Amino acid sequence: MQEHLDKLEAPYEITRIGDIELNGNLTPEQYNKLKLSIFKYGIEIIDNPSIAIANRIKEVIIEMVYLKDQLPSSKISAYIANSMNLSYSYISKVFSDVTYSSIRNYIILQRIERAKQLIIEEKLSLTEVAWKLNYSSVAHLSNQFKKTTGLTPTIFQRIIERRRNKELNPGNN
Amino acid sequence: MENEPLEILLADDDEDDRVFFKEALEEIKVKTIISFFEDGLQLMNYLNQPGVRLPNIVFLDLNMPIKGGMDCLIEIRKNNRLKDLAIVIYSTSSTDEDIEEAFVNGANIYIKKPNDFSALKASLTQVINLNWQYHILGFKKENFLFKINHV
Repeated sequence: MQEHLDKLEAPYEITRIGDIELNGNLTPEQYNKLKLSIFKYGIEIIDNPSIAIANRIKEVIIEMVYLKDQLPSSKISAYIANSMNLSYSYISKVFSDVTYSSIRNYIILQRIERAKQLIIEEKLSLTEVAWKLNYSSVAHLSNQFKKTTGLTPTIFQRIIERRRNKELNPGNN
Repeated sequence: MENEPLEILLADDDEDDRVFFKEALEEIKVKTIISFFEDGLQLMNYLNQPGVRLPNIVFLDLNMPIKGGMDCLIEIRKNNRLKDLAIVIYSTSSTDEDIEEAFVNGANIYIKKPNDFSALKASLTQVINLNWQYHILGFKKENFLFKINHV
């Protein structure tokens, strides 16, 4: 990446992993050159700052759901705002403008997705999943699962089981 | 990227349902392009054309003449070129058997056809959100299973 930026002879700064700040604007020619040269590495230029912010919010939430112990819901907004160094009202507006979904909704979706993974891949029981994801009870997890996916965790489990059996024995259903 | 219109296909033999669907889709805030098919065979013939541009979401009615939605679903999941399509079952049936069978055969979303317009609009918005989030977030495809319940 550095190599390609150096070739452009445009001043830049790598601010944090995954973020590069250009000091000044690129000429359209420089811009196209950069776009083409990095495209082959699967790197895309995000022109729209709102999209970049929304992507950052998602990273913060994923980190929160997957790596950290679940925070009490009253503190989630403060946690996100602090991690981003922006006000929560601004963040939540940008997020819903870009994704058509609220941050709250997104967090629930991420947690349920994580629950699905734990059920399928690690074969944890619902009690274990509820404990791991800091739900107050199995009933709370089941309710949120049902509300989010339209299916109970038990039916979900059975469907995945049946799909697997089908892949193993394609002939008989 | 999200300014590009979403391409949607609907296979449904009921003309009223197709019109209803189109009107609801036109009222939601995401830009879409919709193509209709009157039975499963028409849809599969379209999808099986070599080099055809694949849609973002396919909606399948279950009960159609000539070829039903369940058969289309099974064929799509067996076809390497088509197997990753996002498939929504859009049916008047809401029996547990049909729902489970559709998911086992690889459906991503199941909607019982709503009777009123606002419920349909809400369901379609939800489908588009879920589909979008699944792609953007890189959630595992095998976990993409939702049944949309009307409130």
